[in-house]
Amino acid sequence: MSTRLSKGGRLIDRSKVQNFTFNGTAMRGYQGDTLAAALLANDQMLVGRSFKYHRPRGIVGSGPEEPNALVNLGRAGRSEPNQRATTTELFDGLECASQNHWPSLNYDVGVINNTLARFLPGGFYYKTFMYPRAAWKHLFEPIIRASAGLGKPPQEPDADRYEQAYAFCDVLIIGGGIAGLQAALIAGTAGLRVILLEQNAHWGGRAPVDGDVVDGMPAAEWVAKALQDLDKMTNVTLRNRCTGAGVYDHGYVLADEKVADHTPGDGRPKHRLWRIRAGQILTATGAIERPLSFAGNDIPGVMLAASTRDFVVNFAVSPGDRTVIVTNNDDAYRTAIALHEAGLSVPCIVDARSTVTGDLPLRAKALGLRIATGMGIAKVSGGKRVTKVALCMQAGEGAVIEEIACEAVAMSGGWSPVVHLWSHCGGKLTWDTTHAHFRPDATRPPTGADGAAMVVALGAANGAMTAADAMVDAANGTQLALKALGFDAKPKIVSSAAPVQEAEMEPVWIMPYGAGVKLKSKMWLDYQNDVKVSDVQLAAREGYSSVEHTKRYTTLGMATDQGKLSNINGLAILADARNAEIPQVGTTTFRPPYTPVTLGALAGESRGEIFQPLRMTPMHAWHQTQGAYFEPVGLWRRPYTFPRGGETHAQSVAREVNNTRNALGLLDASTLGKIIVKGPDAGRFLDMLYTGVMSSLPIGKCRYGLMCSEQGFLSDDGVVARIDDETWLCHTTSGGADRIHAWMEDWLQCEWWDWQVYTANITEQLAQVAVVGPNARKLLEKMGGMDVSKETLPFMQWADGTLGGFAVRVYRISFSGELSYEIAVAASEGAAFWAALHAAGAELGAMPYGTEALHIMRAEKGFIMIGDETDGTIIPQDLNLGWAISKKKADFLGKRGQERTYLASEDRWKLAGFETLDGSVIPDGSYILAPGLNANGQGNTQGRVTSTYFSPTLGRGIAMGLIKGGLARMGDVVDFNTLSGAPIKAKVVDPVFYDKDGEKQNV
Amino acid sequence: MKRYSVFAIAKEALNYHMGWEKAWASPEPKKQYDAIIVGAGGHGLATAYYLGKNHGITNVAIIEKGWLGGGNTGRNTTIIRSNYLQDPSAAIYEKARSLYETMSQDLNYNVMFSPRGVMMLAQTHHEVRGYMRTAHANALQGVTTEFISPARVKELCPILNIDGPRYPVLGALWQARGGTGRHDAVAWGYARACSAMGMDIIQQCEVTGVRSEGGVVKGVETTKGFIGCTKLGVVVAGHSGQLAEMAGFRLPIEAVALQALVSEPVKPCMDVVVMANTVHGYMSQSDKGEMVIGGGTDGFNNYTQRGSFHHIEETLRALVETFPMISRLKMLRQWGGIVDMTGDRSPIISKTPLGNCFFNCGWGTGGFKAIPGSGWAMAELMAKGEPGALAEAFNMWRFKEGQFIDESVAAGVAH
Ligand SMILES: Cc1cc2nc3c(=O)[nH]c(=O)nc-3n(C[C@H](O)[C@H](O)[C@H](O)COP(=O)(O)OP(=O)(O)OC[C@H]3O[C@@H](n4cnc5c(N)ncnc54)[C@H](O)[C@@H]3O)c2cc1C
Repeated sequence: MSTRLSKGGRLIDRSKVQNFTFNGTAMRGYQGDTLAAALLANDQMLVGRSFKYHRPRGIVGSGPEEPNALVNLGRAGRSEPNQRATTTELFDGLECASQNHWPSLNYDVGVINNTLARFLPGGFYYKTFMYPRAAWKHLFEPIIRASAGLGKPPQEPDADRYEQAYAFCDVLIIGGGIAGLQAALIAGTAGLRVILLEQNAHWGGRAPVDGDVVDGMPAAEWVAKALQDLDKMTNVTLRNRCTGAGVYDHGYVLADEKVADHTPGDGRPKHRLWRIRAGQILTATGAIERPLSFAGNDIPGVMLAASTRDFVVNFAVSPGDRTVIVTNNDDAYRTAIALHEAGLSVPCIVDARSTVTGDLPLRAKALGLRIATGMGIAKVSGGKRVTKVALCMQAGEGAVIEEIACEAVAMSGGWSPVVHLWSHCGGKLTWDTTHAHFRPDATRPPTGADGAAMVVALGAANGAMTAADAMVDAANGTQLALKALGFDAKPKIVSSAAPVQEAEMEPVWIMPYGAGVKLKSKMWLDYQNDVKVSDVQLAAREGYSSVEHTKRYTTLGMATDQGKLSNINGLAILADARNAEIPQVGTTTFRPPYTPVTLGALAGESRGEIFQPLRMTPMHAWHQTQGAYFEPVGLWRRPYTFPRGGETHAQSVAREVNNTRNALGLLDASTLGKIIVKGPDAGRFLDMLYTGVMSSLPIGKCRYGLMCSEQGFLSDDGVVARIDDETWLCHTTSGGADRIHAWMEDWLQCEWWDWQVYTANITEQLAQVAVVGPNARKLLEKMGGMDVSKETLPFMQWADGTLGGFAVRVYRISFSGELSYEIAVAASEGAAFWAALHAAGAELGAMPYGTEALHIMRAEKGFIMIGDETDGTIIPQDLNLGWAISKKKADFLGKRGQERTYLASEDRWKLAGFETLDGSVIPDGSYILAPGLNANGQGNTQGRVTSTYFSPTLGRGIAMGLIKGGLARMGDVVDFNTLSGAPIKAKVVDPVFYDKDGEKQNV
Repeated sequence: MKRYSVFAIAKEALNYHMGWEKAWASPEPKKQYDAIIVGAGGHGLATAYYLGKNHGITNVAIIEKGWLGGGNTGRNTTIIRSNYLQDPSAAIYEKARSLYETMSQDLNYNVMFSPRGVMMLAQTHHEVRGYMRTAHANALQGVTTEFISPARVKELCPILNIDGPRYPVLGALWQARGGTGRHDAVAWGYARACSAMGMDIIQQCEVTGVRSEGGVVKGVETTKGFIGCTKLGVVVAGHSGQLAEMAGFRLPIEAVALQALVSEPVKPCMDVVVMANTVHGYMSQSDKGEMVIGGGTDGFNNYTQRGSFHHIEETLRALVETFPMISRLKMLRQWGGIVDMTGDRSPIISKTPLGNCFFNCGWGTGGFKAIPGSGWAMAELMAKGEPGALAEAFNMWRFKEGQFIDESVAAGVAH
């Protein structure tokens, strides 16, 4: 039985009882417990089921490396699957449930897979489930899907919010153990801006548990003092519960702060995601203990030795009365001693090494503990918990020499530095034969933009495996980093830890060494994904012998711990199977994040209305009060139509069109892109940008212009106004403003950097209203102010003045075919101006209209729309816009592209109008059929529709489209395809359906 | 080649699986081959496979600088669909999709092709019109797609937020026969089949030069020495520019990092593949239970296979908004692959200025779905020396002539 001890526990506060439930059973723990500690204190050894065989799983580790103890935490809007119990702080009222079993944790039907395990080796699914063909989709795959997966996906919307923040520092230290604290003290005292991150709630890492002595003090005391000192330094920021998640190019670090995981519902954000730019990144992330591969090493009750120690020392939790220790190194003796000191029994320390000489084994011996050298574990017995272990000679094949009854096994196969953050951005590793692990290769570090090292690993994370070495290494590494930042002074104070003499470890990858296949198929490497020694060997035998192939074939290291426990052990087995050295086999790639990061935290506060920035025109509120139906246009929201009463959208759009054509329509055109282009070379620049000539445009006049990509394809259009000698105002499409502005800057900054041109995107500085319809001029006259007569302000001219007391700039341009003024006012006056126009226009029949009416009216006039008539493959010539292309200019963007054979070909589809014979509307996206099939058996086509609408003005369907031959086909009747089958017949006509001579707009 | 089956597994189980043979041999290179394929990604391996299967050419070496399938083939998000807009694209992707349907049986290797359905959300009126166009084009191309209503979208994928507020779902282009497959298995299945036909798969061997004589290819220089060949097929995705340089010409290909990520596995909650172009992201759930999520490409060229973090953030914003329930799932792993982009976002399957040297590249962000079709077309090109109907439009001279096959028109996101 695992249970709580009567005394001890350096992190718990026994005066604060915390009640919680596991699978509905009420349990109690103390403040300071992790959920894992509290579960063990309540004798909950069985905490979950493995992924593939549904085998019983218990707690193995005590930190982020834990592969087994994953629970579903919370409920409803706070239900969170796959939460690691070893890193979950206990709080009062916590509810959790085990995962991946049915009907219950104790009786799981899925365990049938375990019985069949022999038939389900690594990669078995690639070899079967193929026949009959339909069975994969309908039978096998659904079964596999249902039995795979771990936790249950949340059903309800997230009840929490997430925050994101930026930080900058000279030195970022990741890991608040003694090495990290040493580094922070040195860098902090040097006056640098320091941020120190620690993933746990408490500081100090392993040293306080391991009984290390720093500067003559017990480690815990030194840690407390160090924190006090650091707290006083205003240039140092300490952040606990904050995991360094990823290192990216140029010293960019991602960190995940678990703000309110342990205080859910207190109003604070659940997590805070930090994006940190650091001059130097110091990883003091410690090391992770490795399991040993012996038969039955996955039975609940088999734990890592150091984790066992954590539970005893930190939380006063006993894993069981009798714990057998099995090790290949001295460190595990600390666990034996800790257990003994806690009054628990350690029947035997099984040490695979033939002799033991270090300080720790000698102490254990002195305490009267039994040490069995040269031995290993042949087998652990037990189902849902350990009952006994069988010992054998490590050198042999596993003949049982002795059996020892016990409740727990504490294993240690050595330690692997946490090299993840070092490796994320290209840091290379070297194989250390002394400790049998990969550690950072300081000669091949991750480099920053300047090619110099940007990450330094410190302490255990750098392979300095004793406290004494780690402190020295931390000081040296920090000095190196400071030097890189230009601080070349000796640190003022350096702390040091008391040395403990440790004998060398001895790599043990299989226990016992000569184990046969039967035992090997009971030795787990990856506990969660059920990958065994035999699976890795099978992969190698079948040729999946690159480490990446092995990983993918067996799923080794692909579980939620990403191989923190299994990778090195698996590599060693693979190396052996390939007859190669471990470094030759190499590792798989370490990818961010170090531990999984909640997607909500990565998304941050970008949710709902503010999911993306929302751009609103100054008149937006007015539109809302009028019940506008909006459509997104880029980040803008534009009124699509303004339905009145019970109108459908089609009805309101028709009303808006008719009213504009017959009386007066007002359009909020503020989203229209407005870019000022200014400077001595502005004219020359615009002549390159536009297909037409803009430099010759007289001041006061407007000209329609087209812009093409270098390939020659039409990318944007709009009216350009010449403001003064050196200033032009370029109107772009609403969706194109930012893109075109960037396009201009691209050319100015990268290609024509010596041209004197300045650009400014002033789209949001101005509100713009289109006053459209036969009564347009009357309205402006009624507003009073500047002269807007035909004579003073003819078509395609602009003028500054006032209207109704507003300072305005008025353009006589028209996108509807009606008499039309586009009027710009300062954005701050937009709402008032808009309201004034409506007030004055009421008796003239003024009504607002939306984007759909705008689109219909321009289609009735045969005006093209970027994005409808164009799609990135259309050149102006296709749209009969050759007139807007200057023949005189030596060059403009797209000119050369348009000269290429295919673009210059006569066979291109060209713009025409279409009228259905029956007056119906051609469906969006329809193609014009041509006889026969092409070489690939596809129906031939000769054109397609680009804009198709019901025209309220004409009372029938009208369309623009592209057809081979273009206007030369006028009068032909062609077939448009439909999704329902029967094609629609339409006649090729002139695309200008309304007021062909332009009499209305020129009045 | 020993056949895989449930019976073979049962038999082997009694023997603790000691009797399985190697899935593919790892021979030393011969001096000369009828054909060499550079690049053992999906496209290279499929090319070799169809050279043997369709054209009887089996004296073939496939040369790979790393481990087979380790390029983008082993890094992608495995979406398979053929609802492309332009005729040549629809033809080759539909050919590929139909070959995927029988690939497991054809290769005797379960590639787990799962036609679970792919939907592309329309979230603006403009997008609705775009997908209506694709649906009309597909109707003529023999590709079965339909434009479905928001209600049907919700029915097919209940975890989807169709109500906005920013971009309410207005409908979707739905290809019921699209889906996903197991990427590694595609590479491994082809490799095993090629090896069984007697072809040599040579891993850990980098091609460092192309040798030619009188404008005709003679073989390749490699880290394992010179290897001669009559015909050379170069299928190296992101490294195509480098190989083209070795062969003495330039290609309009850029290499950029494209990223993807997976969540921790959860029980099934999403049966279909959803792509959301307006907000820019896509997601499906793997058989293992992970949510498989695709990100964007960097705006600069590089070979690092990493990519910038802000793309991950942007993608997740989009997807958490689209699938609110995922906000409490966790990102397990992110990675990147170097994709080979052409100017029109369509591939190149082409003869080249060098005689008997053929290139297949430019699949960019979306070539996993094309693997069998591309291999089929490339094998035909190499065997006959002239492109068949599937490959013809994808010749490399189209960029000079301006005859683009522009799919960026239809596809906003990488996939
Ligand atoms: C993150 C991501 C997500 C994607 N998602 C999808 C998706 O959902 N659906 C989809 O259809 N597509 C997707 N793709 C695209 C798809 O992965 C690729 O288009 C496809 O895999 C390319 O296959 P390939 O065989 O051409 O290239 P690769 O698989 O990259 O193979 C090329 C091979 O050539 C080798 N090579 C290179 N240089 C040399 C040399 N000098 N000598 C020898 N060998 C060499 C490389 O090592 C590599 O193995 C995605 C890509 C990425 C990166």
